[in-house]
Amino acid sequence: MKKYLSIFFVTLLAMAALTGCSGGTGESSGDNTSNVSTTDTTQAGTSDNVTGVTATGEATYGGTVVVGIQQDIDSLDPHTATAAGTKEILFNIFEGLVKNAPNGDLICAVAESYELSEDGLVYTFTLRQGVKFHNGDLVTAEDVKYSIERCAGLLDGTPLVSTMKTITAVDIIDEKTVQVTVDSVNPELIYSFTYAIIPNGSADVEGADPIGTGPFRYVSYTPQEGIIVEKNEDYWQEGLPYLDRVEFKIITDDKTATLELQAGTVQLFSYLTDEQATELSKTMQVLSAPSSTVQALFLNNAVEPLNDVKVRQAIMYALDKDEINLFVGGGDATVISSSMLPTLEKYYVDLNDVYGTGANVEAAKQLLTEAGYPDGFDLVISVPSNYPVHMQTAEVIVEQLKAVGINASIDAIEWTSWLSDVYTNREYAATVCALTGDSTPGYLLSRFVSTSSKNFINFNSAEYDEVYEKVVAATTMEERGDYYKELQKILVDEAGTGFTLCIANKVAVANNLAGYVFYPVYVQDMSTVYYVAE
Amino acid sequence: MKVFNMSSAKGKKVNIYLIIGAVMTGIIVVMAIVGIFWTPYSTTAMSAKERFAAPSWQHLFGTDNFGRDIFSRVMKAVGTSALISVLVVAISAVAGIVLGAITGYFGGVVDAVVMRIVDAINGFPSILLALVIISLLGKGRQNVVLALAIAFTPSFVRIVRGEFIRLRDADYVVRARLMGVAKPRILFVHILPNIFSTFWVSVTIGLNNAILAESGLSYLGIGVQAPDATLGSLLSDAQASLASSPWYALAPGLTIVWTVLGVAMLSEGIGKLKK
Amino acid sequence: MKYFIKKIVTLIITLLLVSILAFLAFQIIPGDVVHSILGTEATPEREEALREELGLDRPPVERYLNWGKDVLRGDFGVSYRYSKNMNEMMPVKELIGDKLPVTLWLALLSVGITVLIAIPLGVLWAGTKNKFLDGVLNVLTQTSMAIPAFFLGILVTYLFGIAFKMFRPGAYVSYKTDFGGFIHYLIFPAIAIAIPKIGMTARFLRNSTLTELTSDYVRTARSKGASEKRILFKHVLRNAMLPVVTFLGMIIAEVVAGSIVVEQVFALPGIGRLLISSISTRDFPVVEILILYITFVVIIVYFIVDVLYRVLDPRIREK
Repeated sequence: MKKYLSIFFVTLLAMAALTGCSGGTGESSGDNTSNVSTTDTTQAGTSDNVTGVTATGEATYGGTVVVGIQQDIDSLDPHTATAAGTKEILFNIFEGLVKNAPNGDLICAVAESYELSEDGLVYTFTLRQGVKFHNGDLVTAEDVKYSIERCAGLLDGTPLVSTMKTITAVDIIDEKTVQVTVDSVNPELIYSFTYAIIPNGSADVEGADPIGTGPFRYVSYTPQEGIIVEKNEDYWQEGLPYLDRVEFKIITDDKTATLELQAGTVQLFSYLTDEQATELSKTMQVLSAPSSTVQALFLNNAVEPLNDVKVRQAIMYALDKDEINLFVGGGDATVISSSMLPTLEKYYVDLNDVYGTGANVEAAKQLLTEAGYPDGFDLVISVPSNYPVHMQTAEVIVEQLKAVGINASIDAIEWTSWLSDVYTNREYAATVCALTGDSTPGYLLSRFVSTSSKNFINFNSAEYDEVYEKVVAATTMEERGDYYKELQKILVDEAGTGFTLCIANKVAVANNLAGYVFYPVYVQDMSTVYYVAE
Repeated sequence: MKVFNMSSAKGKKVNIYLIIGAVMTGIIVVMAIVGIFWTPYSTTAMSAKERFAAPSWQHLFGTDNFGRDIFSRVMKAVGTSALISVLVVAISAVAGIVLGAITGYFGGVVDAVVMRIVDAINGFPSILLALVIISLLGKGRQNVVLALAIAFTPSFVRIVRGEFIRLRDADYVVRARLMGVAKPRILFVHILPNIFSTFWVSVTIGLNNAILAESGLSYLGIGVQAPDATLGSLLSDAQASLASSPWYALAPGLTIVWTVLGVAMLSEGIGKLKK
Repeated sequence: MKYFIKKIVTLIITLLLVSILAFLAFQIIPGDVVHSILGTEATPEREEALREELGLDRPPVERYLNWGKDVLRGDFGVSYRYSKNMNEMMPVKELIGDKLPVTLWLALLSVGITVLIAIPLGVLWAGTKNKFLDGVLNVLTQTSMAIPAFFLGILVTYLFGIAFKMFRPGAYVSYKTDFGGFIHYLIFPAIAIAIPKIGMTARFLRNSTLTELTSDYVRTARSKGASEKRILFKHVLRNAMLPVVTFLGMIIAEVVAGSIVVEQVFALPGIGRLLISSISTRDFPVVEILILYITFVVIIVYFIVDVLYRVLDPRIREK
């Protein structure tokens, strides 16, 4: 079953100008079209990264699928929702002018095409004709203007999407053309236009249900139970979605999830633990692909003795990432050394050789002696206790550090305490957790700039900051890509933090379901999932 | 004399509870004490080759997800769990007896005040209470005990209070009162022994609950921190691989059941002995 | 009448005390609700805006008084965490009102099962002369108490759900859509809750009965030639039930406050889970009302116990 998404060619000849949603798979690196392309979902879903056998058979329309989700959603407003677990569901209800594609690129959604001015400051979006909101209304230029202005903070002064702060004006040119003006060039801004287009003024209507243009329309949400969506009959992508109804059911406990999957109450569940995957693979399809998270032993670069680069490097040598992979990743994770998703191949650089993926006890001890800690030191690792994966990783790391003389211990804390004490107030020495990347390649690197409010490891490298400034100034993705590689290298050389794994996302799928597609970003696309004919 | 001897011999024979209870508890006590000084394997060293090994002569209870010997970990955990639960129950039971006796026997203002506090604690989620205690006193085993003891006290107070209300006007108490026996003596010498058997049931229930409740607290970060373990924390770790390696969960689970059964049998036996 | 007024006054005092304690607790514990809501994407500007929106920039005393005023007016506020729709947060009343029937029905069923089985069992046990039966019951009840709640849940699920197919694990039906199906599903978690409680209650009843059997009045009755059966049912049980009533009251109070583990295993959207998740996300308005609710129920249950005491025990009635 091959399903080609609509392809809209706008031939472009102008040198520096950019037009979105043109053909090609993004291999051309000379211009900025590289991050925008049309996509064949089926191919992307079964690319080499994905393992596991999917059911084969003819696709059928209709049916209900219950999808287990691990967190309750934090908001029904697509512009204010911050939790990755919420965005992954809202992806089915809302769409932006552009939309993430399974191969990491963008495809056009509410927009049919777009053009970027030569100076990179004006985006001109041409709206797709006939796209309807779930309430039956056609999407108008007014709706687009409202949505973008709301995200950018042009309505009330508080930007809801920080990357869109640079937008200074949104102008309606005609009923199918909207022009967005920014004050500085940012080739990655286009990714922000994935934020939802919602009906004009809808966020201010009291009691408004979420209305979008996505493949499914919102039906109901019950706290602690879940969210129910139904097929959008008017969806602009021909033939999608297959399912009539999807119920996202909140199951916070992994053992309960296993039970419900085995009983057939739930048909689909992602981010399985290694134990769950082992257990469920006996009776279900278990698919696996690299996830969009990078896990690390984060070190607070501002506290003794971790402020000494030699101590940090000693820790890098002490880490045996292959062992961590075996113990907590089921051996299927990708070992990483810096803050970039390996799936973003164009920007990722493999730096595993710098400290090696196994433990180098000699080198670690040598460095500790040089730093003045021949007998090691005490290190408390604060771990959010609601993540079994991180708790287990920390347990392995404690043993590995013990081998080089560092007396590490685990301090399990609640997630909210972690957010406040570790992440926001930076009152900690070390922690194990994972960062979720998005499709913007620079996203995971931007936080390590010394002045960033998200720089919770207090990484402080003048060289890094300098290179990052060049990133901001760079106007093409190619140029940025080179700097990104440089940034990754600095982060590793300075041993800013002990990156460990990009853990595989394992998904349990009922045997009669097919069409599940993995994305390099944290979304769960239910539009391509279908029941196989018996 | 002869008759006495006979019944005594017969009594011993019949008191099977005492024997079984002593043996079961004894094994646990020995395990716990030995575990402090020696375990067959390291309780922390990991082995990638021996993950999830089934029980065998090398590893009596098998190995866990890190290839650690579960028997060794249980040995270490038994002592910690036993210590915590005994302390918790001891503190809350004593507090329960004192407060319950006073409130139940005297009633009045003291009763009103104490019972309001008991009500308040009862309605207060123990998790929130535990969080407050760590924020105020910091982490550590003694605070686990404190948090649990506070949470466990109301039920003891209620049971004891109920019994004292019931017995405060019993014939022998009235008689003692008329004879001018001192109040503490009435409370703790005359009445207390009579509520013993009812009270003892709550003590054994409490011991059991304390072992399990501790694992709930370690989740919040105030229990025992990994890689150290208690029976409760071993049990919750094991739940993830329940179907693929059931022995992992069974080992701490059965140890809990075994310990509690042993204690219950022993107390039953001691009770019979007294008669 | 005086008795009731006294009870109502103490109820109010306790509720006040608890609400202050809960408020203080939220001042003390680490972790900020603003961080909990905004997660890792927080920016200082959004944090500040949210703090202002929630009124958290005000002094604590003022916040407590404002909250108290609203509650007295019947306005329980809105959750910090759960949305109702695009731009409104879920009112606490609605949120809790929605979950409450689940927990209450679960409590009713499990206490019902407990009483139905435990009382006859305890009486049978106390009255039996059969050493073997005594031993079996001893071990059985003790084991039932020693099995962790989670295991029991899994056990019941495997046994009734997967082996006997009497229900589909996780396929909870809301009481709003299908009440029969709802009760049918609830029976199994109720069994899981009831099993250890049956053990406890039966033991309790048996022990207090045995204690009563050794008391003076029983000896007197025996010497007067009353039959054992008559002694047991006419005199002893009535007295032996007293501590059991306290104990049952404690069980009811516990179950009505929500049974977290069982709600988790059986995917029930009840009070217990709501309380835990609200504490961990620092959702103060929800936690505060839940705590008040639980305290209220606890006090009411003990009030009923108190009344039962008076009915059952003539000595107290006289006073």
